[in-house]
Amino acid sequence: MAFKLDAKIPAGALADKWSNHKAAIKVVSPANKRKLDIIIVGTGLGGASAAASLGELGYNVKVFCIQDSPRRAHSIAAQGGINAAKNYQNDNDSVYRLFYDTIKGGDYRAREANVYRLAEVSNLIIDQCVAQGVPFAREYGGLLANRSFGGAQVSRTFYARGQTGQQLLLGAYAALNKEIAAGSVKSYPRHEMLDIVIEDGEAKGIIARNLVTGEIERHGAHAVVIATGGYGNVFFLSTNAMASNGSAAFQCYRKGAGFANPCFTQIHPTCIPVHGDQQSKLTLMSESLRNDGRIWVPKKIEDVKAIRSGAKKPSDIAEEDRDYYLERRYPAFGNLVPRDVASRAAKERCDAGFGVNETGLAVFLDFKTAIERLGKEIIKQRYGNLFDMYEEITDVSPYEQPMQIFPAVHYTMGGIWVDYNLMTTIPGLYAIGEANFSDHGANRLGASALMQGLADGYFVLPYTIGDYLSKKIQAPKVKTDTKAFDEAEKSVKERIAKLLSINGKQSVDDIHKKLGHIMWENVGMARTKESLERAITEIQALRKEFWKDVKVVGKADDFNVELEKALRLADFLELGELMARDALNREESCGGHFRSEHQTEEGEALRHDDKFAYAAVWEYKGMDQAPEMTQEALDYEFTHRAQRNYKD
Amino acid sequence: MNFTLKIWRQKDAKSQGAFETYKVENISADTSFLEMLDILNNDLVHQGKEPVAFDHDCREGICGMCSLHIDGRAHGPGDGATTCQIYMRKFKDGATITIEPWRSAAFPVIKDLVVNRGAYDQILQAGGFVSVRTNSVPDGNAIPIAKADADESMDAAACVGCGACAATCKNGSAMLFVAARVSSLAKLPQGRVEGARRAKAMVAKMDELGFGNCTNTGACQAECPKQISIAHIARLNREFLSAKLDD
Repeated sequence: MAFKLDAKIPAGALADKWSNHKAAIKVVSPANKRKLDIIIVGTGLGGASAAASLGELGYNVKVFCIQDSPRRAHSIAAQGGINAAKNYQNDNDSVYRLFYDTIKGGDYRAREANVYRLAEVSNLIIDQCVAQGVPFAREYGGLLANRSFGGAQVSRTFYARGQTGQQLLLGAYAALNKEIAAGSVKSYPRHEMLDIVIEDGEAKGIIARNLVTGEIERHGAHAVVIATGGYGNVFFLSTNAMASNGSAAFQCYRKGAGFANPCFTQIHPTCIPVHGDQQSKLTLMSESLRNDGRIWVPKKIEDVKAIRSGAKKPSDIAEEDRDYYLERRYPAFGNLVPRDVASRAAKERCDAGFGVNETGLAVFLDFKTAIERLGKEIIKQRYGNLFDMYEEITDVSPYEQPMQIFPAVHYTMGGIWVDYNLMTTIPGLYAIGEANFSDHGANRLGASALMQGLADGYFVLPYTIGDYLSKKIQAPKVKTDTKAFDEAEKSVKERIAKLLSINGKQSVDDIHKKLGHIMWENVGMARTKESLERAITEIQALRKEFWKDVKVVGKADDFNVELEKALRLADFLELGELMARDALNREESCGGHFRSEHQTEEGEALRHDDKFAYAAVWEYKGMDQAPEMTQEALDYEFTHRAQRNYKD
Repeated sequence: MNFTLKIWRQKDAKSQGAFETYKVENISADTSFLEMLDILNNDLVHQGKEPVAFDHDCREGICGMCSLHIDGRAHGPGDGATTCQIYMRKFKDGATITIEPWRSAAFPVIKDLVVNRGAYDQILQAGGFVSVRTNSVPDGNAIPIAKADADESMDAAACVGCGACAATCKNGSAMLFVAARVSSLAKLPQGRVEGARRAKAMVAKMDELGFGNCTNTGACQAECPKQISIAHIARLNREFLSAKLDD
């Protein structure tokens, strides 16, 4: 049965839609809010801000996270900044320009109405965070400072050194603490959601595992919000935190929620290259570095060889022998092209044999020109912590020699399908932040993830969830001794027992590395029909291998990290196949999704708007069954879909 | 490189723990300390043994999850780095490395090297926030803040809440952690409004949870992975005293 998708986009002019919608949706009175329970899973920027705001409104909120404290969610690691259309720099920025840059940056595969709303509330976020005491960077006059990020020709990114995500999350976490202290929010750290409970077609609660005791718990609520981030760790190596996973989202998909555009993965251009095969994690170097750093490889192949052999240092290569290939190919945006464009350009040079390290998979990010222009002290002020981190990891000082960088998996634009209210195809089940699919199309611009997480949590969900809950004011407390809860708990326990009983020969990490390899080689920066078909076959085989040969040590009723990882990998092994299927279906290139068969003569992504101007929404049909796809047409009423141009 | 590891193993909060010895071999100097433990754990799983439980997540030095006492130092050798940012090139080939959990009465061991740092959350819940509602705020540029003050606030706000300060302090004091939050907000006009209440409530909660007193040894500052200065403790003391004098 295909989905009957209704995005519930309000009528009217683009700039009026959100106002009109807010006026039209229902609200819940303070007395009734006290009777309503909401579960929020995840405490990153989306989850923490939503929990704090909903608690403040008077709802009873339970908030869950897998870390030992809500403050450690992976939003904390975002470095560069957060966008807003304040126009404080007087460079002709506006809500419309932020909207337009985001829609274009996403290669015209996001919803106009959602993106406009995001741009519209962006300014409120900055005000909110300042009031919470977030120490944003300031100018000498005491006002807020800005810098530039990829895909924009204005300076609209607010930042707190290279730790913007940390500071924004500490702001949201503080707001959450205020509500925990007030008793409106109850926090469940070291808890992992393992299933969503659906009764009468509506979300009624979750099954969670206490990660300390292993106890399986039932939690009921009138609405459930998924704020668990993205699924980039399907690639094993990514910039995501080690425990970041796609399981909560995948449980929703398994129980009937639509999963949209799973193949839209962001490969971030500036990460520290992979070394050896013992690595567990990749490290991101902030996009803000591209404000002053210039990306290049040598023009001559003999220089490449000399650098690889150590005969020459990068600083020995004369200016005229360097190929600043982003500046060459994209004069208008230069080093600040969007991430997908920068990543593909690096791949193109490395594929042509110009990669500058022994693996041939690295390019230079050089601060020589900036240090000459501004002095070492200014560069140190701007990027000191990033330079130190780079030196700690690689033993090379970026003040002396250029950084070596290469693209790595960073963010997933795809996610749970939501309507304009951020509700999934299951009534009462919401998805916010990176966990949903709605705002970034096929490529997310830098400094927009923080914006979306906080927009959803502070300024969108607290209103839209009221529209649904207004119909629940007569509903009693959700009972957890029902058949639906019994069945969900039973299936979770059976899954755990099964994993512990296999006692095969391969560790969870052994199999996860194999999955990562299949994904990176076949569903990575460039994809073809052949590579995707190969990925599907290989993942299916690997999944069988997993369920026959994985070795999960330890017990169910204990602190057991191997079991946690096995449960997450089981879901990644299905999600990886879904990503490949989605990529196979989408016979065009757009944003981060690059099908080699579909490119312009200059090697740019070639969209086919006549056939693929839709979000692909997938419906689960069983572990070894092909999922069914429903299209949500993306009608562009207000912008003209053009070939993305960052050249002039 | 090859190493001998002496690692604290403890089944749960109630059990007695003990050191066990392990060998790891052929470790690249570019491997991070936690990747070295990943390699050990993968070997243990292959042998059918329970891997060593340790906390970690972002591996970029910002989430504050990792928390190992290595050769007697919180977060191991090197200054201004969390455990996840320590690379094996910092150790001598063939070295014996001792790995323990945080040792602090207020952070009980959960298992092996994993401790419960919920006390830090509780201290912040006591007052580590500005009481503003969502959407009830002025424009971001309505309150100019001197760059020096914003920078100093940011210095303190860099705290990752890892617990190294309390775990290092001979008195088990959480003063640097509390000071970082109080001082960060005290430097901003937004935080001043509730300054007195905040300082009193957070200090009272810290005392209630069993953290010790500060005797200004400076050990916390030396081991803080974010190099937060004890000058913030001085500011906390000033905030606290002036709040008490007003009582």
